[in-house]
Amino acid sequence: MTALADIVVIAAAEAFRGDGEIFASGMGTIPMLGARTARSTFEPDLLVSDGEAFFVGNELPIGGSDKLVEGWIPFRSVFDTVWGGRRHVMMGASQIDRFGNTNIANIGPFARPKAQLLGVRGGPGNTINHATSFFIPKHTDKVFVETVDMVSGLGYDRAGTLGEWVRRNHRLPRVITNLAVLDFQTPDHSMRLASVHPGVTAADVQAATSFELVIPGDVPVSRGPTDSELAAIERLDPRGLRHREVS
Amino acid sequence: MSRDKRITEDDAVASLSDGMTIGIGGWGSRRKPMSLVRALLRSPLRNLTIVSYGGPDVGLLAAAGKIRKIVYGFVSLDSIPLEPHWRAARQAGAIAEPVEYDEGMLQWALYAGSLRLPFLPTRAGLGSAVVDVNPTLKTVRSPYADGEELLAVPAIRLDAAFVHLNRSDASGNAQFLGPDLYFDDLFLAACEPGHRYVSCERVVATQDLLKEGSFHTLKVNRSMVDGVIEAPNGAHFTTCEPDYGRDEAFQKAYATAAANPDDWRVFSERFLAGSEADYQAAVATWQAAVATSSAAVETSKAAVATSKKES
Repeated sequence: MTALADIVVIAAAEAFRGDGEIFASGMGTIPMLGARTARSTFEPDLLVSDGEAFFVGNELPIGGSDKLVEGWIPFRSVFDTVWGGRRHVMMGASQIDRFGNTNIANIGPFARPKAQLLGVRGGPGNTINHATSFFIPKHTDKVFVETVDMVSGLGYDRAGTLGEWVRRNHRLPRVITNLAVLDFQTPDHSMRLASVHPGVTAADVQAATSFELVIPGDVPVSRGPTDSELAAIERLDPRGLRHREVS
Repeated sequence: MSRDKRITEDDAVASLSDGMTIGIGGWGSRRKPMSLVRALLRSPLRNLTIVSYGGPDVGLLAAAGKIRKIVYGFVSLDSIPLEPHWRAARQAGAIAEPVEYDEGMLQWALYAGSLRLPFLPTRAGLGSAVVDVNPTLKTVRSPYADGEELLAVPAIRLDAAFVHLNRSDASGNAQFLGPDLYFDDLFLAACEPGHRYVSCERVVATQDLLKEGSFHTLKVNRSMVDGVIEAPNGAHFTTCEPDYGRDEAFQKAYATAAANPDDWRVFSERFLAGSEADYQAAVATWQAAVATSSAAVETSKAAVATSKKES
């Protein structure tokens, strides 16, 4: 029986498939592990960072310090890379709606939030400039909402009202949760159920979502890791930190 | 011989006035000019506009009720994602004018300020809540064939700037030795001459600057600096690589105390009531006590292990 965390890490890694020689940036354990697993297996040209200021050329475990530095990426260069487009980030989201508008900033009105969260951080710049995927460890109807309280990351509807350049470069490849993988591959870019994790039904996912998902007739089951992928995951996360993020 | 610009934190803060716009360098809980922030806390200054990639600097100033307006991309303690004082202040509606930007927009605002341009164009922020909550932001249309509409990020000019670097000579040729300069050079360059203050771990002779780092580390020159403050451990409890890392245990104690008004009173009386020297002494005492108690825990664990073996 494959652990849920391993299914989720592979789903995260799959987000970076086909990206080639760009900066695969993950915020948090599972997104970082997804990027590093993709690089260690099917997407070897990716650049990954230590989460501080360096690109690492070796297979660096989460929390590891034995780095082979292959480049310097201080925040200023990160912004340059974001605006230059050679990056795909996987971030968290406290709220997300059907078109992929996301909120990490605050719950309740901006003027006086019920809960002040992180602020918009790099969300606006990321989503308008390059591919942005999301990892949500607990899929609930409080997170998957009709309307987000503060748009820190642009969804397809908002991006669609901007210019042609934005429509060409804005891309939300996938949303990974503890229940499923979702994407926006529908004619109007409303959220679609792309696969369910083993043991989860499409009805379970819909029940944990406030808006109506596009659910194809035949929803595949998210794949588990191959033997060599699982070996890579174990090397990259020997302490099993991934299991603390989803269970 | 260049001018000796060495002063103290209190000299720097005494030169400022109510209502000024102060830029604070560093990023989150990384290489923050904390000794200057602590001097601000001791001062009667109020109604400040703060510009920061915010960390405990913003938390402390918010808790002290000194912030009227703030321009920021986030406020975070990094290893503790949410800043408790900042959360409390925002949730109480205590910050009169919060100007929340995308992180890259804030860089652009400072860069425009440093270049004496009225604005710089970008796509970052367009279509997001940043334009909804900042209705004074305007767009500009490309005059070229593309005709694209872009966000015009207005320049920020600072009245004062505080940054903390690793080394400096007495005239303000300053050096970062860690992995990231963050945007410290832009904070200084976007500031009107007069109140541009660099604190550093150690003041060194000019001829010694290249002993610890290559010329690439000299991104701040003396034309960008009005005052130099020697502040060993001055970034505490934030990081100051490679001189020291973040004091995670102290940051945790700070965040825990900040979440409760009674605990915060005790914490601020213990650490923030006196001078910078008092702060550093109180921290040293706290660290020694933590070391002793964790040693005691180790000793008692060992004793338990021994007694288990014996039984």
